Amino acid sequence: MPDLSTFADAAAAPAELRGLLRGLPPVDQVGAEERAARLATRSIKKSAKAYAIDLAISMVDLTTLEGADTPGKVRALCAKAAHPDPADASVPKVAAVCVYSDLVGEAVRALDGTGIGVASVATAFPSGRAPLDAKLADTRRAIDDGASEIDMVIDRGAFLAGDHQKVFDEIVAVKAECGDVHLKVILETGELVTYDNVRRASWLAMLAGADFIKTSTGKVSPAATLPVTLVMLEAVRDFRAATGRQVGVKPAGGIRTTKDAIKYLVLVNETAGPDWLTPEWFRLGASSLLNDLLMQRRKLTTGVYGGPDYFTMD
Amino acid sequence: MSFEYAPAPESRDIVDLKPSYGLFVDGEFVEAKNSFKTIDPATEETLAEVAEAGADDVDRAVAAARRAYDTVWGPMPGAERAKYLFRIARLIQERSRELAVLESLDNGKPIRESRDVDLPLVAAHFFYYAGWADKLPYAGFGPAPRPLGVAGQVIPWNFPLLMLAWKIAPALACGNTVVLKPAETTPLTALAFAEICAQAELPPGVVNILTGAGETGRALVEHPGIDKVAFTGSTEVGRLIARSVAGTDKRLTLELGGKAANIVFDDAPLDQAVEGIVNGIFFNQGHVCCAGSRLLAQESVAEELLDRLKARMATLRVGDPLDKNTDVGAINSAAQLAKIRELSDSGEAEGATRWSPPCELPERGFWFAPTVFTGVAASHRIAREEIFGPVLSVLTFRTPAEAVEKANNTPYGLSAGIWTDKGSRILWMAERLRAGVVWANTFNKFDPASPFGGYKESGFGREGGRHGLEAYLR
Repeated sequence: MPDLSTFADAAAAPAELRGLLRGLPPVDQVGAEERAARLATRSIKKSAKAYAIDLAISMVDLTTLEGADTPGKVRALCAKAAHPDPADASVPKVAAVCVYSDLVGEAVRALDGTGIGVASVATAFPSGRAPLDAKLADTRRAIDDGASEIDMVIDRGAFLAGDHQKVFDEIVAVKAECGDVHLKVILETGELVTYDNVRRASWLAMLAGADFIKTSTGKVSPAATLPVTLVMLEAVRDFRAATGRQVGVKPAGGIRTTKDAIKYLVLVNETAGPDWLTPEWFRLGASSLLNDLLMQRRKLTTGVYGGPDYFTMD
Repeated sequence: MSFEYAPAPESRDIVDLKPSYGLFVDGEFVEAKNSFKTIDPATEETLAEVAEAGADDVDRAVAAARRAYDTVWGPMPGAERAKYLFRIARLIQERSRELAVLESLDNGKPIRESRDVDLPLVAAHFFYYAGWADKLPYAGFGPAPRPLGVAGQVIPWNFPLLMLAWKIAPALACGNTVVLKPAETTPLTALAFAEICAQAELPPGVVNILTGAGETGRALVEHPGIDKVAFTGSTEVGRLIARSVAGTDKRLTLELGGKAANIVFDDAPLDQAVEGIVNGIFFNQGHVCCAGSRLLAQESVAEELLDRLKARMATLRVGDPLDKNTDVGAINSAAQLAKIRELSDSGEAEGATRWSPPCELPERGFWFAPTVFTGVAASHRIAREEIFGPVLSVLTFRTPAEAVEKANNTPYGLSAGIWTDKGSRILWMAERLRAGVVWANTFNKFDPASPFGGYKESGFGREGGRHGLEAYLR
């Protein structure tokens, strides 16, 4: 466990930061993937499945991030978020809707009074390749329009070039812009590639003030994977043990089925622990996942499958 | 509300348990004078009545094996033998679910392990050695290696069907016939395997299965009609066998006990090392001869490692072996449970500190909570004797040389594990560890292509891989 007592004063010293990140225990790729695969064999049935499905629905950040997004598309998505299954009022609502920053206003209006958060991707999502001024302006606009959560991307180029300080400073700057608005930091693990990088980037983001660490933009393959999420869950667990501060985790991209979602919940339960099993500390960034969760939920409550035509496409 | 996993039991219905089983001799099931019961260690419920082979049964089985060797199996071309072995391997795969349930019922091991570890390895072993049957002249044991004849094989209860595969697959591939005795607490999958031999239309007498206890095993290994003895089990019984075979023409391989060191350096991938420690000692309830029962932790990281290990142990799910979410099942027998308890009590009496996570154990059946001992000295019995249960002894070291010295300071020498991010150190350590198998950044990893076997009191001879053929060829 890194000694963080010296770190508080040294946040501005690149050598200290690098030393701390390099001092983290390494990750063995084979072992991490084996562990994730083994947890994926957990058999979640009956009451446990019903619990997991409702929990997963309540953790969804229902997402649309297309160049073709329109106010109409966003409104439709918001309606779905508030009432995922119009035929069944017992279905929980999702955690948040996630849109591009210029559509935040539309989403805020559509979700008024629902209690559902509006998350905005920002900081030149998905590449993060823009001047800091532009990133901050992007963030500010989303917050001014009412976003309750900001999903920023880190500068992967700087990280891979070894310029951890630049990545750190940017997160600090965006966090300052956010104030009380929740900041999720997207690591884009598909571009960081190694689990050692994922662990270091996780700590870097947490040290810089992230409220959540998020795997991916969904624009790069691979997006979220179980072993990457495992490593990130270990990071938030260890970070809380070292600092007392709890940070959330959000895998995003490629989570399409109820089976997938349940595997992630098992991973949370047995790695970070039950403290993370709420929408406050764990989210699933997804779009098509929600309908599969609804289908499985109806199967469980009624005993029969409704075809896809019985669930709304939004 | 928390995320409680609802019971997810694998169905027993797939197994067709008969009330009683005979001996498998010369291609058919025959009755014996005496019998014994085999029980489910998780519930103490009787599963079946099983025949106990006497000296005359051993005579008949050895004679049948000799006949089959002389007339059919010995003369048969390797390519033809391979067809039978491939057929057996495929039948094992087809019936793997049934065999996994049966194994968990009789042994107490979690279905997750019998399903995901034991059965895939059993089938893989038969496939692997089937491939060797027609290539023996190229195995490096001369241009025309010949089989030995009849092999008498005695196997333990910890991996009943897997140990059968380790014994029978190479023996048959090389052209030997076998008489095999499974352990008295776990005879059922060997009898199911006998059915598979019949299903594969293996010529009568090539495989004979004699169930029974120590006396049956003694009659088999002392029988003058066998050419080879292969034994996996305790060092104590191994010694008796070595003595009885001495002075005869019988060839012998022994795979005995162990007290493996799992060595963790301060630059190790700690989360994976914790998994490796858990897998090293709690896999199969620690009923593993190569279990990593001694954790050697570098002192500079020992405290952090133990904190992580204890947190991880608290998530282990102990209980019904047939529940798909069970991580640690039942202890195989009352006798084994008594031995584990006795040694654990001695650990406390000698001054080591005992810790187990809070876990509810079922009332019936044989259970032992995953346990770790800290403050263990090299002189404590729990650091020297094989416990063969879910009990880990933790010792510390300061330098790589000290780690080697402590790891080697045991009469055993079956396996060892090294955890470090430094490749050069792995090689340096592996060269110096006197253990037949050395795992680097993993533990308890098996593959039919990889030879397995021990140094010193852990036995001699290798099973698996090309090396495994040597024990069955002349």
